[in-house]
Parts: sequence; structure tokens; C-alpha cells
Amino acid sequence: MDAEISLRVDGQAHRLTVDTRTTLLDAMRERLGVTSPKKGCDHGQCGACTVLLDGERQLPCLALAVAHDGAEITTADGLAPPGELHPVQQAFLDQDAFQCGYCTPGQVCSAVAVLDEVARGWPSHASTDLTADPELDHDEVSERMSGNLCRCAAYVNIVPAVQQAGGRS
Amino acid sequence: MRRPDGQAKVRGEFSYAGDLHAEGMLHGVTLRSPHPHARLLRIDTAAARALPGVHAVLTAADVPGDLHFGLTLRDEPVLADGVVRYAGEPVAVVAAIDPRTARRAARAIVVEYEPLPAQTDPTLAADAEPLHAEGNVYRHLAYECGDPRARGVVTVENTYRIGMQDPAFLAPEAGMATPTADGGVRLEVATQWLHSDQRQIAWATGLPPEKVQVVLAGVGGAFGGREDVTLHTHACLLALATGRPVKMEYTREESFLAHRQRHPGTIWLRHSADASGRVVSVEGRVVLDGGAYASTSPVVIANTVTLLQGPYRVDNGRFEGWSVRTNNPSCGAMRGFGVPQAAFAHESQMDALAAALDLDPLEIRLRNALRRGDTATFGQRFTQPTPVREVIEGLRAVPLPPAGGKLPGGVGRASSPGSVRRGVGYAVTMKNLAFSEGHVDESTATVSLRDGHATVHCACAEVGQGFVTVAEQVARTVLGADTVTVTQPDTLIASAGSTSASRQTMASGTAVHRACVAVRDRLLARVARERGLDAGLLSIQDGAVTCDGTPLVDVAAATPGHTVRATEHFAHPPTTALGQGDVYVGFAFSAQRAVVDVDVELGLVSVVQIASCQDVGTVVNPTQLLGQIEGGIVQGMGLAVMEEVVVVDGHITNPEFQDYLIPTIVDAPEVVSVYVTDPQPGMPHGWKGVGEPPLCTAVPAVAAAVRDATGLPLPSVPIRPEHIALGIGTPPTVTRTTPRPPATTGGTALSEEPADRPGTWESEGAAGH
Repeated sequence: MDAEISLRVDGQAHRLTVDTRTTLLDAMRERLGVTSPKKGCDHGQCGACTVLLDGERQLPCLALAVAHDGAEITTADGLAPPGELHPVQQAFLDQDAFQCGYCTPGQVCSAVAVLDEVARGWPSHASTDLTADPELDHDEVSERMSGNLCRCAAYVNIVPAVQQAGGRS
Repeated sequence: MRRPDGQAKVRGEFSYAGDLHAEGMLHGVTLRSPHPHARLLRIDTAAARALPGVHAVLTAADVPGDLHFGLTLRDEPVLADGVVRYAGEPVAVVAAIDPRTARRAARAIVVEYEPLPAQTDPTLAADAEPLHAEGNVYRHLAYECGDPRARGVVTVENTYRIGMQDPAFLAPEAGMATPTADGGVRLEVATQWLHSDQRQIAWATGLPPEKVQVVLAGVGGAFGGREDVTLHTHACLLALATGRPVKMEYTREESFLAHRQRHPGTIWLRHSADASGRVVSVEGRVVLDGGAYASTSPVVIANTVTLLQGPYRVDNGRFEGWSVRTNNPSCGAMRGFGVPQAAFAHESQMDALAAALDLDPLEIRLRNALRRGDTATFGQRFTQPTPVREVIEGLRAVPLPPAGGKLPGGVGRASSPGSVRRGVGYAVTMKNLAFSEGHVDESTATVSLRDGHATVHCACAEVGQGFVTVAEQVARTVLGADTVTVTQPDTLIASAGSTSASRQTMASGTAVHRACVAVRDRLLARVARERGLDAGLLSIQDGAVTCDGTPLVDVAAATPGHTVRATEHFAHPPTTALGQGDVYVGFAFSAQRAVVDVDVELGLVSVVQIASCQDVGTVVNPTQLLGQIEGGIVQGMGLAVMEEVVVVDGHITNPEFQDYLIPTIVDAPEVVSVYVTDPQPGMPHGWKGVGEPPLCTAVPAVAAAVRDATGLPLPSVPIRPEHIALGIGTPPTVTRTTPRPPATTGGTALSEEPADRPGTWESEGAAGH
């Protein structure tokens, strides 16, 4: 069964007809040519496809496109104008927080959302005080970034990258 | 210098193989065997071919060239031929207008199998019914040095087991093949070794190699797992059959089934030492499960067996190993290439010896440390810097981390502080660098310079390790170039060999360096000629041509509009077959200390910190060096306590990241990394390979730390929670022996005849008298 939906991806409006079984990830990658979100597992286990969906980080491989008609999606490619870098992207570059780079668009989107979640005061499993404002310390950053696998294991540099982008040196 | 591909990667603009797209392209999918061993009675593709949108269905009968391929033995069929030998073996491939139609067509192929008994026990393989005309033993090797029966006052022996590890690069296999106007094919693919792919595709397609172009597509990690051909040939055959571009992309599950794993192995070792802890003799036997097809099994086994001595002087020993064929998944290259298995076993033995003699674990290692001038058990002399003591002393200077920190486990797995014990473990390893045993290790690069812009062309595959950074650094440094382009690797230039064996900075880095030096010399000669100067006085400094130290002109303006180009080749000095001299190009040494917290009740492990001191030669790029150390350590930690491809009756039971656990950011330990920087002889500025040693060392270091925390023998990796909680694992047998000096000294004697079958280990504790 097909359905017609509209999506706004990185500021660009799209109208498309999709089989209702199509994931949001496949709709972006195969139908819209948006390849910034990567497919590492297609099962919600690696985080490589992480995007900002209506402002929150989500895994489009676990979402059906038809369930997100009218959604506003930002991928790593849409975080900054062409040729420029979002502070999180700049920090990943500065801290050498990647090697092969395949997980990086997802890591970057996750990190953007982490900084937003911390700014809003949301606690995590690593927060010792659930009512205090979370600090961007090592354990907080690690816990919040733990849904994004990096097989090259640039983890040791991802933590300071997120801290740098969050204004903590 | 930052990674030149970094900006595109952080924006998600960098194009990986899975992002390839062409107008009118078809999608290829693979039909795989559900059985680990079966006869193929009938394949009927009529229904699949009849489906609308299906353009080709190919089986073994449709392969125009040679059906068989492989990196060493050519024993693997492109598509199954009469029999399948592992669960997941490709039986047919389909090209259709979209992935869904292709999958539907694959399901419509009727295959009748007659299941056969699956031979899955590697220790029985040598005597089992042959699974292949090439037999069940990929390679057996055996050699002795000195007098293997020599004994000291204490002898320890044990059998160690290493599990199967998946390279688990994050970008599943992908590529796109396009027919070319000359009747050939062009393949863009994520690979480690373009020319090896080209050769093997040429065999199967029947095309001359020059009509098979292989171009590197963006590679999302490799770690050895892209050294073998997987979908490469299938995509090319489908493109040639349909006349259209064909893209193939594996799912994660398929990726687990299709690529080569790290060999699981069983290693028996017996060490005898004198009262001071000096090793008197070592005897070792290895069985590696190579799975259904050879891949690099004949080469990997030599690494494991020859490096069983570790970075220690061993004058008396006997070593033997088999890599064998079974109906398990095929194994081949993975970062470390046989050495992590050896390292886990020999370092476990060193700790057992230290415990038996009541010696400090670092002290016993120092007392046995190899020195320059020593001879390896396999006859090669260590003529290069051999800084084993230096890496141990460097490690010892790193302070221990403070007590405390987060508890093992994580969300939903609550450890209680009362059951958490801290452990500290050490390991020191030796890793061979570059290709070995007479395989030529070479590379070629072409560099051109025009108006200050340098272009580097080399077939070296960038897989994330950072070769493009090194190449650009070299071009900027030698040529004073303002901007550098490293072009996409392809087979239009000569082979650079594989991105493996910690070799590309040495091989391709040197080829690029030589080409840059040649371009520089031509440029300076031209400037000297035009200006009537002595070329011997000219050099390039800070982007300018200088004469006797005085700037003359910017490089960018030195020869306007003129392109200076040079192609240079590099090859390491040749190596020889085992037993005939220098088997290896060189070695790197590494020492690590792991600190772990273990919940001894729940069996949960948290790796707190790993300190590393590695012999890295002259540092090319400190940032990328650290990345290699950290990445290798985390992958080694994965093999030590987390990662195992679980194979039951020939079937992988955990082909996804839900059940195959690769370390997350929460699992990754703090890494403290220090270096010994003795320049590597024969390399520009003394560069040295660095990628594999950290993984090899982390496996035994983490295991030793968990043993220290628990007091358990833990002779298998990965160490699972139940090994700790239930105390599973046999401790080493310790025998007080009557000292017996070696009856003969020196010399290595090679024997290719098996002394015993691999299943018949000598009884433990019986020898030495």
C-alpha cells in the first residue's frame, strides 16, 4: 500500500509517495538522495543514521516514513550552511573524533541533541543528582553518547569534542 | 595537520560505497546457503527470471571465467558449485530494478539441498573426510630450535582458547559495477586492496585485468575484513550480464556471514624457566579454524606459530601449527593477523611462570626481553632496534589511576561496591610488520606539482587510518606545496598492496616521499638551469625555493604553468620462506598495563584504564598515531571481554549488534599512551607501522587484569561473565622439574611433516622428566 507524505529535510520540502513499509531512513537515502544519515545496521543498534526529527534525536531506521508525514528533519548535512561547520562538527574535526567517519554524521547529530538535552537540564543514567543541572563531565557525555557505536573507537576523542562544543574545555 | 577528508566526513558529505548511485542502476542481491554443508541437487531459476523487473539470475553455470578465487589457494567458488561448505555461502545472485524485487526474485529461486554432516571441530579436521579436493589442512608447519627438551626448575603448561572476532566495520560491504565501452567493467567498491580485487574479478569474468578497473569508493572501516573479495565479483558479473550499472550492498547480518572473521584458535603452550625466571624452553602447538575456504589461513598460521615466543629470547623450542578447513565461517585477515591469538597465550604463560616463581610480572618480562642481535626461534636475527626493555620501562613510569570510579555493569546491571575488585595486568608483545615469507611488499606513487599545487596518485586504500593525511603532509613538507589533492585510488597505477599489516605508512608513505623528492629535484634542477645557479645549493624551505638559505622564489611561482611529475616505486628488502632467513620485514614492540574493576559476583568487567608504551619509530602524525593506539586498544579489549561470533553447528547465532557486542563509548577505557621512537631503518625519517600492536597487546593485558582481580585462571577469551561468576576454566599445570641444560645449541630446523595430529595434545605435566 502506498501513501503520499511530505517531509522537510535540511530545509528543503519534499512530497513523495512511499510504500507504507518504507522506513524513514530508506525514504531519505533511496528516494530523496539524502545520504548523510548512514545505514550501519538498519536495526537501531548502531546509531549511524541518527538525525534530528522535529528537534529530537531519532533513529530513522526504526521509524516508518508514513508515520512522520510533515516532519522536519535535520541531518548532519543540514546543521550548517554549505561550506561551513556547526560548532559540534568543528569540535569533531579539532579533536580528531573519528577515523573512517561512517558513524560521524550520526555522532554529530547525537551530540547536538545531547547539548540541547543538557541545556534543558534533563538528567541521564550517569547523573548523580536528578534535580541539579547536569555537568558535561566524562561520564555524562559517555552515557549520553552511548547509543552511537564507533568501530574505529575514536571514543576517547568524542568526549572532549562534545565538551568543546558545549563550551567546556 | 587535520584530516583532509575531515570536513566532508563531519558534514556527512563524504561519499561511501553505500551512497553510490547511477541513473538506471540495478540492484544486486545474493541467495545464500542455509546449510553449513550440503550437496546442491538442483537449482531452478525459472520462476525468479520470470518476475517482472528481474534482469539477471546467475549461478555457477553462468560464470564465464574461472569459477574459483582466493587470496592464497584458489579454492573458493564465486557461486556454489555442486556443494555448499558454510552457512551463508553464495549460491546465486540476482539483479533487478529495485532491492525489493531483487530480494523477491532470490526467494523465488528453487534450490534442493541434500544436507551433509557438518564438520565443525577444527581439532578433528585433519583426519576427517576431506571437505574439498584441496584437503582439510590449509597449512601445517613445524620447527625446532636448540634443544626443546631442555628444562629449568619450573615448567608451566596450559591450553588457551581464543574466540572468533568480527571486524564489524560500521559500513556494510557495498559497491557498484558498471560495464565499460570496451567490453570490460568498472567497479567502485569499499576495499583494502584494489589490485587483488582486480585480479580475482578478472579470473571470474574471463576479462584481461586491464579491462577490469577497480576504483576505491569511500570506505567505512575495514580492519582486515575487506581484504577478501565478497560482492565484488558478483556485482561485476551482473553488470556484464545486464549491460547496466549494478549496485550491491549487504545488510548487517549478511556482512557477518560474508566477510572473513578473525580465526578462533586453540593454543597449547609449555614454558620451562630457571630459578631466576629466564625461559629455558618453549613448546607450542596451535590449531586455527580457517573455516570453509582458505583466504589467508596459510599465512595467518605462520604468524601465530612463529610469534608464540613473544618478545622474549627463546633458544630452545618446538613449535607446530595447523590451519584447517571446517564447515564454519571462513576466517582470514583481521587487525593483528594471527598475533593476538599468540599474544594471549604467551602472555598468559609469562604470568603463570611469574606466579610459580614468585616474581613480579614486569620483572620476569624484563629478564627475558629480546635484544638487538638475538635470533628468533624461526632463525631470523633481530638486526633492527629491538626496544623491548624500553617499552617495559616506559610503561612502568606511567602512574596508576586512582581507586574508585563508576561501577561495572551500567544501566540495569547494578554492581554492589562490596563485590567489586580492582585488578592490574601487564602484557608485552611483538608484532611483525608488512608482508612476510617472500610476499613482495611494495607500492608506487605518482606526484605532480604545478603552480604550488601537488597531486598525489597512489593505489593505497584509505579506510580511515589516515593515509590521505600522511600523503598530504609529505607533499607539503617535501615540496612546499600550498594545496594538495590525493586522488581517488584506482588500478590505473601499479599496486600499492593491501591496507593491512601496519604497512601503508611505510610502503605507500615511502613511495609518495620518493616521488615528492624526485619532483622536488626536477623542479630545483629547472630553476637552477633557468637562473644559471648550482642546483646543489637549492632547496625548498617554507614554501620557497632557496639558494644557500636565501629565498629565491615561492614554489608556486617557480615554474609558472609547468607541471613537474614523477612516479616512484618502493619495495622493502625481500623476505624469505620460513626457515631460510628473514621471514619478516621488521617488528614492533608494545607494552600495556590494564586496570579493571570486576564484580566478582556478577562477572561484570569495567576496564578503567589502559596505559601503553609502544615502539612507533619516528612519529609522523601524533594525533592519528594516538587514534590508532586508542582504536586498537578498544578492539583488543572487545576481544578480551566482550566480542565473540558464536557459531553453533556451523551457524552464526549472533549476526547483529544486539548480540555481538562491540565496545561502546561507555565501555572504552581511559588510554594513556607513551612511545619509544627509535627510527625504523630503511624508512624516510624512520617511520614505522603502528596499527596492529595495540590490539595484540590489549587482549592479554585485559585478561591478566581480570585474573588479578578474580584470582581465576581464565584461559579463554572473550572472558564471559559466567567464567568469572562460576569460575570456569582450567588453571595452568605447574611442574617442578629437574634442570636439564640443552644438549644442542642454536639453529632452526624446519619440518613440514606433522609429528602428531592436532587433536592429540601431549598429556599435561608429563614431560620434562
